[in-house]
Formats: sequence, structure tokens, C-alpha cells
Amino acid sequence: MTTEPAQPPLVALFVTCLVNSQRPAVGFATVKLLEQAGFRVEVPPDQTCCGQPPYNNGLTDEARRIAKLQIQVLEPYDWIVVPSGSCAGMISVHYPHLFENDAHWQERARRVASKTRELAAFLAQQGVRFAPGPDTPTATAHHTSCSCRRETRSHTQADGLLQDCLQDQLKPFAEPEVCCGFGGTFSAKFDALSARMGSQKLDSIEAAGARTVVSADLGCLLHLQGLALRQQRDLQFRHLAEVLADAEPQRENKRP
Amino acid sequence: MIQRDARQFIPNSEQALQDTTLQTALARAKSGFLGKRRKAIALVDDFEFLKQQAQAAKQRALDNIPALLDQFEHNLNAAGGQLHRAATPDDLNRIVLDICQRRQAKIITKGKSMVSEETHLNTALEQAGLDVVETDLGEYIIQLAKEPPSHIIAPAVHKTRQAVAELFRHHHALGERDLNEISNLVEEARQMLRQRFLAADVGITGANLLVASTGSIAIVTNEGNGDLTATLPPVHIVTASLEKLVENLEDAGAILEVLGRSATGQAMSAYTTFFTGPKRPSELDGPEEMHVIVLDNGRSDILQSEFAAMLRCIRCGACLNHCPVYSNVGGHAYGSVYPGPMGSVLTPLLEGLNQGHVLPNASTFCGRCAEVCPMGIPLPDLLRKLREQEHRQQLDSTGWRMVLRFYSWLATRPRWFHLAMRAITFTQRLLRDASGTRLRVPFSNGWNRQRELPAAPDATPFLQQWQKQQERKP
Repeated sequence: MTTEPAQPPLVALFVTCLVNSQRPAVGFATVKLLEQAGFRVEVPPDQTCCGQPPYNNGLTDEARRIAKLQIQVLEPYDWIVVPSGSCAGMISVHYPHLFENDAHWQERARRVASKTRELAAFLAQQGVRFAPGPDTPTATAHHTSCSCRRETRSHTQADGLLQDCLQDQLKPFAEPEVCCGFGGTFSAKFDALSARMGSQKLDSIEAAGARTVVSADLGCLLHLQGLALRQQRDLQFRHLAEVLADAEPQRENKRP
Repeated sequence: MIQRDARQFIPNSEQALQDTTLQTALARAKSGFLGKRRKAIALVDDFEFLKQQAQAAKQRALDNIPALLDQFEHNLNAAGGQLHRAATPDDLNRIVLDICQRRQAKIITKGKSMVSEETHLNTALEQAGLDVVETDLGEYIIQLAKEPPSHIIAPAVHKTRQAVAELFRHHHALGERDLNEISNLVEEARQMLRQRFLAADVGITGANLLVASTGSIAIVTNEGNGDLTATLPPVHIVTASLEKLVENLEDAGAILEVLGRSATGQAMSAYTTFFTGPKRPSELDGPEEMHVIVLDNGRSDILQSEFAAMLRCIRCGACLNHCPVYSNVGGHAYGSVYPGPMGSVLTPLLEGLNQGHVLPNASTFCGRCAEVCPMGIPLPDLLRKLREQEHRQQLDSTGWRMVLRFYSWLATRPRWFHLAMRAITFTQRLLRDASGTRLRVPFSNGWNRQRELPAAPDATPFLQQWQKQQERKP
């Protein structure tokens, strides 16, 4: 696919299976943010899943087959934006490793990897900034997923974006670098442990006076929300894309 | 009762989570270790540089193990010591026992050695009628409690001060005394151990380093018990593993730079001692014999495998201290000699996948272990490779295997995948409770035993909604 010089770059939204099925609003919020930033957005209809469930459970051959499909679907685009650190990390960090014995596919995986960004990383890279909007939540804690912190390394960019839009309502809490205990299938296989880790996370968030939890990863959010519902904690859970889409973009970041 | 079986990690961990005494001890230990390490690293200009130096030193050694072991033996012999190569744990135990029996030893003092835990040396010696006394305070405590270590550098980290006081009262016939202060506990252990140090026939220590160019072994301790164990008895036996070898003293120094800081947050531990052979003819003190036993136990094979990086491990314990799993369940839940992330890699490699295959799954892949590892071991990658082997050997649960295969089948067929997504959102609509926030499901499993299943607010997935929207556009 070639883009005409006059046209803004074309972004593929890799929506992730969790956003697709559990929180479609996050998908629409992401599209809104990308269009606000001056990009054309397409949602490739044949995308499925990044392949983490089989990959993290040792089904590497299956993960490789899934990865090949996503690479084919995503490679025509200028950018691939993912509203999830763990799925973005899978594509940008792990896909090239999956094809260590296959030079052709490794090259294709690398090209896709180099164009793939976690949402906050992409927005920050475009110089987008936000101010509080009418629906911007108050007393909010930003839970950074381990994949955003240690794979896409986009946690500081997300912090920056949220700082602008939440200002003094962004509440720092203890031990933000500790895992919330989601870990994909870990949360079901080791549920007691996962629940303990999640409860500890919610304890520190509540102790900081926060009433809303925002995160770039829906997996962490659903796990924490499920715990909060069971434990009757008065907490709201929102995806980073939803919070940013509700904020005021500080300038119409039309690309030159 | 926590079972000493790595396959029982899940029931063990659930029990550990309910043990309030253990939870108190773990919380205290964690904050201590983390804070001290952070401060120690902040004090050096460039810890990354020190890490690179240490890693390079270790890699040089691992690339050249057979030659370095020969060189070590040559130099140890020249210093009057003797090298023994033990292929298996049983070999190591037999070599130790032979030496003890030849010397007609009765009392054995021991410094801390994870290798001796790996070979279950104490059991072997006790079965032969020998009186074995651990002299590291933590090891002494757990020996009294008849428990295995729960941490590779702080073996009794799971015990509270009160539990230790109770243990001492029970085992030491010293009458009524005040054991409320930690200093009193230390003093009491010192009284008991001092007699043993002086009476011991053989002293056994581990080794943090084997220096090929000099034939020296180095031990790093904070209590000085290692030095008393090595120097007071007439025989000093060192139990070490193959990967403790380094080329020379400079490389040993490079590793020591990161070891203390990563382990206890010390630039250097209180005692760092290099021993080169037994007492010389001109010397007054020291052992008459020095034996160094180097255990392989599969390490030569690991060195040739995709898990070779694991042999860079210097047993600092930083990955344990920073692991959210370890810090919630402690070391005993792992049911293996080595706990935490490093243990979850080592156990399947040393004891076989059949025994150890659950442990590599006990990780969220949060990556903090790799972040703090001074030796740059890619622990999550190694854990994932072990899960791959587990799956290949069909040791994973049939249920999960079927679900994941079916999911993968779907994920390579977009039409079917998206149909399944629609089925999921549709079913969720039927299962929503009155509030619309959670699902009511007629089953209980890992997803919903301890948490609710939050309901999807929409009846159709994003992709369908999006496509409909695009079609409506002019």
C-alpha cells in the first residue's frame, strides 16, 4: 500500500482481543486520539490476537502461526498502534525472537516490530498533549503494567500524558513498580497468589486516596476490577485511552 | 503442612498465603533487602558498568570451564590442597564421608553451602552417625527446626524473632533467660557454637568463587563463621559447583563488586576470605588438609544447552527479594532447594522437568528479576523456554492444552475468531447480573474463585461495531 504524499500517514489500530470483546469503548477512544493527532486510522478486519496466550504457555509453534497472520495483516501500514503494553510488547519485542531460525519471517517481523507502538508511546512521540476535560476523573492512580514498564518502556510517556491531563488529581502510590498479579493465564492458574498480589495493589492505590484506576493494559484493569467488585471496594477502572479521549487536546495536532 | 515437593507449588503457596507469621516475616525481610540494595547501588557511580565487568568475567570462565578446572586443580595441588570432581550429588556426599571416616571424625562444623543443600549432605552425614552442626546463624536456626532453607542467602528469613526464641528455649538446656532481644539470641547461638568450633574434626564450607590462576577459594560471609569453620578444624572441605570458577583474582573482584551490593546491599560483606591450600609447614594455625569438591550435577550439560546463561548466577538472591511471587509465599512453597525465579529455572534443570515443571509457570513474567539480576540472566526468557519444554513433553494440564490449542486454531482463522468473539459478547449479555457490572456464571474456576468477572458493557465486539460504522459513512 502506498500513501500519496499529501495524505497523512496511515495507522493500523491493533485493537487486542480483550478490548475487542470486553471494552469496545477503548477501541473508539483510541481511534479518536489517533485522528485528533492527525492520522488516518484503519482497523484491519483480519487481525485476531497477538498470540500471547499460547506463547506464554509454551505453545511456541502455535504462537508463531498466529504471529505470521498478524505480520501479514499489519505490514502494509505506516504505523501500528496498540492500546496495550503487553500486546505491543509481544509484537515489538517478542515477534522477532519467534523467528530466530527463519531469516525471511524474522525480517518481516522486525519491520512490523519497528512500526509498532503502545498507544501512550505513540501519542507522546507525536508531541500530543492534554489538558483536563469536563469528564476527566479526579483522585486517579496510574497503574503501569509490567510490559509498559519493562518491554515497551513507555511508562514515563504515559505518566507524562496523564500528568498533563490529571494534574494534581494524579495520585502517586507505594511500589508502583510491583506487578498487580494479572499475568494472563497466571491469574487463573495461580488464582490465590494472583488475587493476593492484586489486593496488595488495590490497598496501596486506596491508601493513596485514589478512587479511579487508570492503566494502559485492559488485562490488569479487568483483574483489578474483578477483585474490587468481589471485595466491594469503591473504585472505578478506566483505560488510558478513555481518560485521554475525555481530556482536552492542547492543540489540534494536525500534522504538517 | 508445606510439602517438600516442587510439584505441590500451588497447594503449598495457598497455604503460605494463609500463614500470618510467615507473612509478617516475609514483609519485614522484603523491605529490608530492597531498601539496602537500592541505597548501595545509588552509592556507586555506574552500577551498569560494574555489572558488565562481572558478566564478562563470568562469561570468560564459562567459555573455558574444563581448562580452568584443570588449572585450578594444578594450583590447588601446588598449594597443598586436593581437588575432587563429583559428577552427582551422591558422589559429593561419598567423597565427604570418605574423608570424614578416614580422619575418624565425629563432629563436623559447617558454613553455609547451597551445594551441600543440593546434595542433601547433612542427611548423608547424619545417617553415617556424624554430628553435624551448621554454624551460620540462619542455618543453625533451621537445623534446630529441622527445616530446609527458605532463601539462598538468608535461610531462616521465614522465622520471626519470637519463633527463634522459642526454638532456642526448647533445644538449649540453659534455664530461664531473657531472649527478647535479637542480641541475646545471637549471644546464645554464639555460646553454643563456640564449643563446636573448638571441638570440630572437620569443617565444611561452600565457596563463592574458585580462582583458577591461584587455586584459591573465596567465601563471603557476615558472621565470620565460615572462617572459623575453615581454619579451626584439622580438615577443611569445600563443597562448590562448577560455575563458581573464575580465571583470576581480577575477575573474582569484578564479581564481588556486584555480589554484596545485590545481595545484602553491602559494598563488601563483613568477611571476604580467600583460602589457598591448607596450613604451610612454617605456619602455626590452619587445617592440615584442604579438599575442594567440585560438583557437576548436570551443569556441564546445562552449559551446552539454551539454558547456559543460568550458570552465570552468583546466588545473590536479588531475584528472590524482588519477585512478587517469592515475596508473597516464601521459599518453602517452592518445595525445592533453590526457590524464587533462579530456583524456578534451576530446579527443572537439576531435578528434571517431571519434578520441576510447575515452577516455571509460577511467574507473571513481570520481568523484575531480569531487571535486578547483576549477571544479566534473562530469567523470564528461560522460564518461557521451560514452559515450552513442559508443553512438548505434555506435562502441562490437558485442559489448558486443549483450550490453548483451540484458541490458537481460532486465532489463525479470522472469520472463526471473530465469530467466537461475537459469541462471547453475546453470551456475556445473557449472563450479566441486574447491575450490569458483573457476570453470573454457574461454575467456579481460577478466574472467578476470588474475583468477579466484570461484564462487557456492549453486546457486540469493537470490530463489528466499527465495520458497521464505516459502512454507514458516505
